[in-house]
Amino acid sequence: MQESKVGLDFSKVEYARGIAGKIANQVQDFVEDYTTVAVERTICRLLGIDGIDENEVPLPNVLVKEMQSRGVLGQGIAYFLGNCIAETGMTPQQVADAVVAGKIDFINQPVHTEKERNEALAPYVSAAIDRVRGNRLRRERYIETIGEGSKPYLYIIVATGNIYEDVVQAQAGARQGADIIAVIRTTGQSLLDYVPYGATTEGFGGTFATQENFRIMRKALDEVGEEVGRYIRLCNYCSGLCMPEIAAMGALEGLDVMLNDALYGILFRDINMQRTLIDQYFSRIINGFAGVIINTGEDNYLTTADAYEEAHTVLASDFINEQLALLAGLPEEQQGLGHAFEMDPQLENGFLYELAQAQMIREIFPKAPLKYMPPTKFMTGNIFRGHIQDALFNMIGIWTHQGLQLLGMPTEAIHTPFMSDRYLSIENAKYIFGNMKDIGSEVEFREGGIVRNRAKEVLDNATHLLEQMESEGLFTALEKGIFANVKRPKNGGKGLDGVVLKSECYSNPFVALMKGKK
Amino acid sequence: MEAKDFDKTLDLKKIKPYGDTMNDGKTQLSFTLPVPDGDEAIEAAKQLLKKMGFENPLVVYTKELTKGFTFFNCYGSCTHTVDYTNIYVPKVESTKMEMKECDEYIRENIGRHIVAVGASTGTDAHTVGIDAIMNMKGYAGHYGLERYDMIDAYNLGSQVPNEEFIAKALELKADALLVSQTVTQKDVHIKNLTELVEMLEAEGLRDKMILVCGGPRISHELAKELGYDAGFGMNTYADDVASYVAQEMVKRGMK
Repeated sequence: MQESKVGLDFSKVEYARGIAGKIANQVQDFVEDYTTVAVERTICRLLGIDGIDENEVPLPNVLVKEMQSRGVLGQGIAYFLGNCIAETGMTPQQVADAVVAGKIDFINQPVHTEKERNEALAPYVSAAIDRVRGNRLRRERYIETIGEGSKPYLYIIVATGNIYEDVVQAQAGARQGADIIAVIRTTGQSLLDYVPYGATTEGFGGTFATQENFRIMRKALDEVGEEVGRYIRLCNYCSGLCMPEIAAMGALEGLDVMLNDALYGILFRDINMQRTLIDQYFSRIINGFAGVIINTGEDNYLTTADAYEEAHTVLASDFINEQLALLAGLPEEQQGLGHAFEMDPQLENGFLYELAQAQMIREIFPKAPLKYMPPTKFMTGNIFRGHIQDALFNMIGIWTHQGLQLLGMPTEAIHTPFMSDRYLSIENAKYIFGNMKDIGSEVEFREGGIVRNRAKEVLDNATHLLEQMESEGLFTALEKGIFANVKRPKNGGKGLDGVVLKSECYSNPFVALMKGKK
Repeated sequence: MEAKDFDKTLDLKKIKPYGDTMNDGKTQLSFTLPVPDGDEAIEAAKQLLKKMGFENPLVVYTKELTKGFTFFNCYGSCTHTVDYTNIYVPKVESTKMEMKECDEYIRENIGRHIVAVGASTGTDAHTVGIDAIMNMKGYAGHYGLERYDMIDAYNLGSQVPNEEFIAKALELKADALLVSQTVTQKDVHIKNLTELVEMLEAEGLRDKMILVCGGPRISHELAKELGYDAGFGMNTYADDVASYVAQEMVKRGMK
């Protein structure tokens, strides 16, 4: 029996987890029957189709758009490419190029048997599998040879808008001690229904996620990792309308961490819930196979709703994210479930409540590399107090053994971080992580005290919420605004027109090979 | 200059920073220079401080952040002064009322609910600003507009295109539009705020609604410049916005 420092009743935890499992299964029953434009474009990318046409439309979009406008999206791209390749002997990329050049109608091809289609696609499918597996092995080898930072990993962001400037900032951050570099995406990218192409130097509040930018940053981090003797992980954002495509691009280019929440896009980007839930499934299959640590976005609930009153929604969502991830074959060790230090600094004993919640989540998800988010909502521009808020946050990070510590910046709410802001934040974290290293194993919380009571209260409330959601189903719960006080209609939001029922001949050759596999 | 050498009387026509003695001009700064750490770097920082108008520049801490970039913490005595007696700052002209007081004011002077529609518009994905003003809970102890009895508050969330924002405002018969802008990199907020005003003017709607913007980098002065009725920056809350909108409606005779 696991020992709890905050007096958790683990039978209650398992009960709550069981309900979340049922909620996830309800979702999965729906998901299995559908595909989306993003899923089909992802298959294109994995089969090696890249590049853009003369209007800068990515070729995967060209092909999938064609299927969509001819009403045959539900048959899936693998069906048509399989027929086309079996017939012509071209590679997937050659097919795409020929489509753009107007030389071929890839949809109207003689129908081959399923076996012939599979054989036609097989070399390209295994090339993708080998490449992704190779990246995973490469990461593992790196970690064995040059090593990695200890947990909590220090996670910083770069956000200049220019990938080459991001490289300078990222390498500086790694030299100062960062373990994970996240390249923030340009504002608005999550609502693009395509992935931009090539290296980019313009962005607002961040840099476009493109496959070339991934490649540039991967190379830069490998260089600096060898220099500092520590593998530096690269993080990007696998969310929005291109969720599975970004997962595929990350898997092909050796990314290590991906923001990849099942519900975030629905709540905070008003993406249609059916679309997101279908997309998250394939994206997590890919991330699971690629050995990528996903991060979930529960911290965002607390920037909208109150961190004290709504703490249980974070836990409930963590449970659901965990169960959906498991259904996609993504193991607990890769589940960076999210939570945050966002209570009002004026709240008396706020530190104790935060500590209780962080310890509670740690114990409920013992294998997960939890992602702990810093204060943002109550960062005021008083950089001096902000630095102290971040220090309290860091204390809880080391105390409760969080997995990924997203470092707060004293200048949060003022500007995207300066090079010196990152230095101050990393220094803050390293000082506290060293100075308070073993506090977690030294201190216990008294029976009936504030910390134990808080943990119990949050678990009870989360369980109650999950029970309510199980009876209504996740879709209805989201319509009622159960998370972050945000209400989303089942047929509202962006991207619903890209959702379609799978037809009888549909196949996605990657699911069986990637799901739950290494 | 020694501490005893300068005039220690406060002269509002010539104010300068205060450390621990009137007119000592003491200022703390930190910055990064793109040079390696060393004596030359410290000298460069001192020379820069002098050019900025600081006497007795003092570099108290340096740290090379990465190869070729050095961070400095510095102090100096500012030589410049400002005439405080001759300063004019445009301000939102309304009396701030508490929520209950404001509801009462609306009940008595307008006699119906005010419709306020808010959003973080354009590509801006941040809801923190508009949520702080509109959500029931509010921010830092100031209840949001949703909690006001006499205000029907509609928070459209983030990344709302200007066209959609206007369409929704018409549908809801908005009295006031509240636009939040958090991302200000490369002045993207200016472009977006200007576009909204232009669209409202083009459709002949500009004078039919009270148009307000807010965000950490927004000032009333900037808002006026861009064609808004008012702007709310740091340290302003829902009660500031509600008080202004209610009083402005009365002033304009909007009923």
